[in-house]
Amino acid sequence: MTSYLIKNASILGGAPTDLLLEEGVIAQVDTGLSAKDAEVVDASGLVALPGLVDLHTHLREPGREDAETVDSGTAAAALGGFTAVHAMANTDPVADTAGVVEQVWRLGREAGHCDVYPVGAVTVGLAGERLAELGAMADSAARVRVFSDDGKCVSDAVLMRRALEYVKAFDGVIAQHAQEPRLTEGAQMNEGELSGRLGLAGWPAVAEEAVIARDCLLAAHVGSRLHVCHVSTAGSVEIVRDAKARAAREGGWSVTAEVCPHHLLLTDELATTYDPIYKVNPPLRTSRDVEALRAGLADGTIDVVATDHAPHPHEDKDCEWAAAAFGMLGLETALSIVQETMVDPGLLDWAGVAERMSHAPARIGRVADHGRSLEAGQPANLVLYDPAVRRVVEASESASLSRNTPYAGMELPGRVMATFLRGRPTVLDGKLQ
Amino acid sequence: MCAQPSPAQQETPPSSGGRTVLDDRDIARALTRISHEILERNKGAGDLVLLGIPSRGVPLARRIAERIAAVEGDDVPVGSLDVTMYRDDLRLKPARTLMKTEIPPGGVDGKVVVLVDDVLFSGRTIRAALDALNDVGRPAAVRLAVLVDRGHRELPIRADFVGKNLPTSLVERVRLSIAEIDGQDGVRIEGGAQ
Amino acid sequence: MKRHLLSAADLSRDDAELVLTTADEMRSLADRPIKKLPALRGRTVVNLFFEDSTRTRISFEAAAKRLSADVINFAAKGSSLSKGESLKDTALTLEAMGADAVVVRHGSSGAPHRLAHSGWVRSSVVNAGDGTHEHPTQALLDAFTMWKHLGESKPGGLEGRRVAIVGDVLHSRVARSNALLLRTLGAEVTLVAPPTLFPVGVESWPVETSYDLDGVLPKADAVMMLRVQRERMNGGFFPTPREYSRRYGLDARRMATLQDHTIVMHPGPMVRGMEITADVADSARSVIVEQVTNGVAVRMAVLYLLLGGAEPAVGGEE
Repeated sequence: MTSYLIKNASILGGAPTDLLLEEGVIAQVDTGLSAKDAEVVDASGLVALPGLVDLHTHLREPGREDAETVDSGTAAAALGGFTAVHAMANTDPVADTAGVVEQVWRLGREAGHCDVYPVGAVTVGLAGERLAELGAMADSAARVRVFSDDGKCVSDAVLMRRALEYVKAFDGVIAQHAQEPRLTEGAQMNEGELSGRLGLAGWPAVAEEAVIARDCLLAAHVGSRLHVCHVSTAGSVEIVRDAKARAAREGGWSVTAEVCPHHLLLTDELATTYDPIYKVNPPLRTSRDVEALRAGLADGTIDVVATDHAPHPHEDKDCEWAAAAFGMLGLETALSIVQETMVDPGLLDWAGVAERMSHAPARIGRVADHGRSLEAGQPANLVLYDPAVRRVVEASESASLSRNTPYAGMELPGRVMATFLRGRPTVLDGKLQ
Repeated sequence: MCAQPSPAQQETPPSSGGRTVLDDRDIARALTRISHEILERNKGAGDLVLLGIPSRGVPLARRIAERIAAVEGDDVPVGSLDVTMYRDDLRLKPARTLMKTEIPPGGVDGKVVVLVDDVLFSGRTIRAALDALNDVGRPAAVRLAVLVDRGHRELPIRADFVGKNLPTSLVERVRLSIAEIDGQDGVRIEGGAQ
Repeated sequence: MKRHLLSAADLSRDDAELVLTTADEMRSLADRPIKKLPALRGRTVVNLFFEDSTRTRISFEAAAKRLSADVINFAAKGSSLSKGESLKDTALTLEAMGADAVVVRHGSSGAPHRLAHSGWVRSSVVNAGDGTHEHPTQALLDAFTMWKHLGESKPGGLEGRRVAIVGDVLHSRVARSNALLLRTLGAEVTLVAPPTLFPVGVESWPVETSYDLDGVLPKADAVMMLRVQRERMNGGFFPTPREYSRRYGLDARRMATLQDHTIVMHPGPMVRGMEITADVADSARSVIVEQVTNGVAVRMAVLYLLLGGAEPAVGGEE
């Protein structure tokens, strides 16, 4: 296996340091390193971060290979600096059996761009009626630890309680897509002054907040782990903050939360264009919500940035709003958005980014080999990122099979120059290997 | 964004340059003579309908009607005929504001319609007026009375009753003021050699 | 310059007054033996109706034909199953046929907006009703009707006039367009509905709101009743149709509290017995039939002002 000598990288934003990668492991971290037979990577001006871990991605395979495959999706992930992604279960067939999750896991290994950790569905067929074989999925080769009906909400209180209880047996976590279904029937965009004016059915914040509040109480009651997907409102941040305080006092249960990059940057004002590129679930909210999400991510109320990368084929977005699918791409632009909204304004430093995008998601997903520190002896999963460059996002240049990025034509900072997966570069010089 | 006003509709403020070719008394005399000519040609006021072409043709038509009534003792029906929709240059400029079309209650079928306009120039306005009139009814005859004929016809159109023949060059502008619209009566020529 | 009429908000006060005066001229056309004007000769107007609406489609068709335009009617079933293929592919077909204007009615809010700005067509787009968003020509013909009765057909005739719009405001594109247009023309609008039928954020609209119909009626110069579907009961918007019509329906008793000059309007189709009783709909105050007649004249005015010249005469900067 080729060794790599990374020179002058700024580890977590610190002083320039060298890293020597050998046999899939970080062999040495020091200044002035040299190694013969090692390929040298000049990382001057680049920030070194542990390989990013995405807790929430849609790879669409099996079933919707017209939108994305495990291969194309993980390629996009590698270009975004990710060494591990959790693939959501709303495929076709749904990932509710050991067979399907093992298939997805295997496809990830074959593609080789990053590690794929399949997420198992909570209920059979995502129908919300009875539990899927969570234990079988946990015991499978895919070793599933995160379970989610994402796309749909586990709205039945009893079912959610049982799921929270059941996964304790194998240290699993239920990741809830918080959306009260009756309050959001036919919903198209954030409910507010704008939705009334535009004539688009509203998705009220309370439909998210009420479910989160209930789930936190359930998790406390049964003593389990709860993870909240894509938090999008200021009210949700407050509820999670209070719940965490209570969990810290009581112990025995925990709640973690994630936010998506688009909710850190974009608001519902964009719906005025009626362009469904901005249609997403949960919807873009107001600037007040954006402020609260950034503050929540900064103070740790929100533990994780997850992309909710949701590829859709052209015809599912090139139509009128009501007919369009919900979702945006996110893997390749995530780190740039976090830099733009959190690092550059001084809300989060690079160590914080490493925590939110690598350490914490790996902990929550119980992923052993990723999210480790950049120290000797640790697996060589890391990313080299150039924060100084600025680029205009070109939809056509994406490695994804889909093109539904809301940032097309926007200038964003930063670029992933190299990603290493167990010491092997999946991205080098900003290009896929 | 407002509609383009028809050239006939544009308010012309009293201008400073150029020369006056008709003052208010000249205009009054011309209208009186035209009124008599109409009656002479028509052998009286029977079946006459006067239709002014907006905007300045309309007060002119009313004044002619008053003079005819004074001479014959009979009221002559007066109205207006907007030609905007029938213009042949509709597509060349932004859509124009429509002016009022008021056809007198007796209609135009079988009548002798006298179209009244202020200036006869290329003849296109009158061509449009004939088309507009055609969609209103079938007059027994159509005649044309204008206050000023400045020549340069582009179509085979001629006036039956003319207030004044004013040979002009194409670079000159004929500015016609009517008291009901511009505050005073007068015809001025501007531009070109003085 | 905008080539489209997508929202009542596209019209400035001057634009709106111009449409009214132009429509007035168009209306007198109905008295002539030849009810045609050559202004749109050689132009093609396509009626693209994804929702069934015989009344509005015929109105636009008559308007275009009276201006001597060629009319193509396209009734497409735009179901959620066929999704956007219907809209985009249909638009591309129309473009290939050379449409100068597309009059579109669609069940999705924003569909005309997408049509106008997607680059699929180069023609002018006239919104004939999109979802629960807007219906600008309906608002124009409503304003025209009011202007003829209350405004003496003069510029500024609706200044200070009080208009009450009653009914399912939440789902009504007519209410939205009327609220915007009447405000532009200087009228004062009061929306009346039960709390469940007001959209979130209505406080930011340029209108008054009230839950009390009886309090609003005596002060109104015009009362517009909106259609309320009985099926809304299933969404919990009101308990029963009976309770709705008792609290918000216009019946003879309420009609008697109106001022002498107050007119009663309805965009149609009416649900007799729900929001309006038969004796009110057929009373002398009701101008409902007149609204339909005015619809043709107003739509003629809109088509003329958008298509009659080299550039549209109404609408703001692009």
